[in-house]
Amino acid sequence: MHTLPQQLANGLLLGSMYGLIAIGYTMVYGIVQLINFAHGEIFMTGAFGALTVYVYILPDGTSMWAAVPLMLIGGGIVSVLVAVGAERFAYRPLRQAPRLAPLITAIGLSLTLQELVRNFYPGADKSRAFPSLDATHSIGSVDITDADIFLVCAAIVCMSSLAWFVRKSRTGRAMQATAQDPDTAQLMGIDTNRIIVVAFAIGGFFAAVAALSYGLKYGNIDYRMGFLMGLKAFTAAVMGGIGNIYGAMLGGVVLGIAETLASAYISNIPGMQQLGGQSWANVWAFVLLILVLLFRPQGLLGERVADRA
Amino acid sequence: MTALLEVEDLHVAYGKIEAVKGISFSVEAGQVVTLIGTNGAGKTTTLRTLSGLLKPSAGKITFDGKPLTGVAAHKIVALGLAHSPEGRHIFPRLTIEENLQLGAFLRKDKEGIEKDIQRAYDLFPILGERRKQAAGTLSGGEQQMLAMGRALMSQPKLLMLDEPSMGLSPIMMQKIMSTIVELKSQGTTILLVEQNAQAALSLADHGHVMEVGNIVLSGTGQDLLHDESVRKAYLGED
Repeated sequence: MHTLPQQLANGLLLGSMYGLIAIGYTMVYGIVQLINFAHGEIFMTGAFGALTVYVYILPDGTSMWAAVPLMLIGGGIVSVLVAVGAERFAYRPLRQAPRLAPLITAIGLSLTLQELVRNFYPGADKSRAFPSLDATHSIGSVDITDADIFLVCAAIVCMSSLAWFVRKSRTGRAMQATAQDPDTAQLMGIDTNRIIVVAFAIGGFFAAVAALSYGLKYGNIDYRMGFLMGLKAFTAAVMGGIGNIYGAMLGGVVLGIAETLASAYISNIPGMQQLGGQSWANVWAFVLLILVLLFRPQGLLGERVADRA
Repeated sequence: MTALLEVEDLHVAYGKIEAVKGISFSVEAGQVVTLIGTNGAGKTTTLRTLSGLLKPSAGKITFDGKPLTGVAAHKIVALGLAHSPEGRHIFPRLTIEENLQLGAFLRKDKEGIEKDIQRAYDLFPILGERRKQAAGTLSGGEQQMLAMGRALMSQPKLLMLDEPSMGLSPIMMQKIMSTIVELKSQGTTILLVEQNAQAALSLADHGHVMEVGNIVLSGTGQDLLHDESVRKAYLGED
């Protein structure tokens, strides 16, 4: 039986992964009001990009210290290309179309990417072994692996650079302007198409970071891995307040911790013995989403729509 | 001498509905030109087409000797055309200072930008006092000042103001109008769209009256101000 600190750590780790993926949903939504339902598959292709580098490019016996950064670059390139390609060729032509059109396109794109990987990536239809970083360290009563350390460090670096980028850089400022008022942003001389591409690219790269962490942590990947992770990350983005990057990360962490604690402890409540364990984790995650939306429809950090000018 | 802005036989349509039906006018450097007319006359559509947010269905726009038709909106600012849109459209969750900085988005001269921000604060002291405040918390009149200040930050050759007095108190309207006079005296070229015909015509060199997508009457500001049909239709006289 795991201790409470261990459960909290597990929840935080899972939540960081959700949060990294959630950034992609929330940034794209914040700028073009589109839910990119193919984002889970952008995450999945990133994992296969990283695996490709390890299995087919690096020589056997490369140390993980050298391999991980190169796998991140490989996964990052694949995810960013898929994300930017999706924007350019699937979503941009539908920019002026009714909202339902890009939504259906996103679902179609999601299935297309899954099937492409399933049919053309060797062994992806079952599950492929991913080099894992499973050396374990004990901090008090909490055990964490090297993969966990990578995940936490990557999440912190990604989030703080993103926060800096959006608030301080010229492109970040342009991004805020585009999110608040796209037509007027153009009147300032901002190339809003370029800003939209940047949002997709950042979301894609963060998804690749999450995908590499996933592989290193769980040791295998498959073509369906993006579905549930994508859905959970989308839940995190909505819970945190869609459009808000801090909300995405907070929503991810809250969701990860709640899900972990629920599956560990709910069965201790009299009468709920059957409702604990990993098999119920997803149920509790979505129950939490429903509760948040009932009592705070704008999400944890979202603004009430009436406050928007 | 050719005009700074030359509009020839401009047509703009929303789907099948033609909002601007072949208008021609020009703006010379240093002039204030106004388009007046009721709601739905096509004034805002004309400005949005000039700044590239809408595509014309036919006609020619020449600005500073270069054709504007087909140029993307974000590239038109670089040519020296700034647009302060109807309804102000400041960026509500950015501060006043950040809004002004965005007005200078394409400029690289840091010192010049700082100087021009100071100039905007001199023009509108209230903006300077609240520089760190989110723009969405400003009153309507203050937002209008910010929108004008922001448009000036690109150092435009032509400043387009769409309904700057809309929804403002008489005192605030006075302030905005006197600012336009001040800008004019500094040599700024302005294309002004207004529903307040009296105020617009009194300060304009040239005016054009628009009705359902056409220019029906043109003349100097003073001529139009004393024209009987204009007085009846737009200045509320019997």
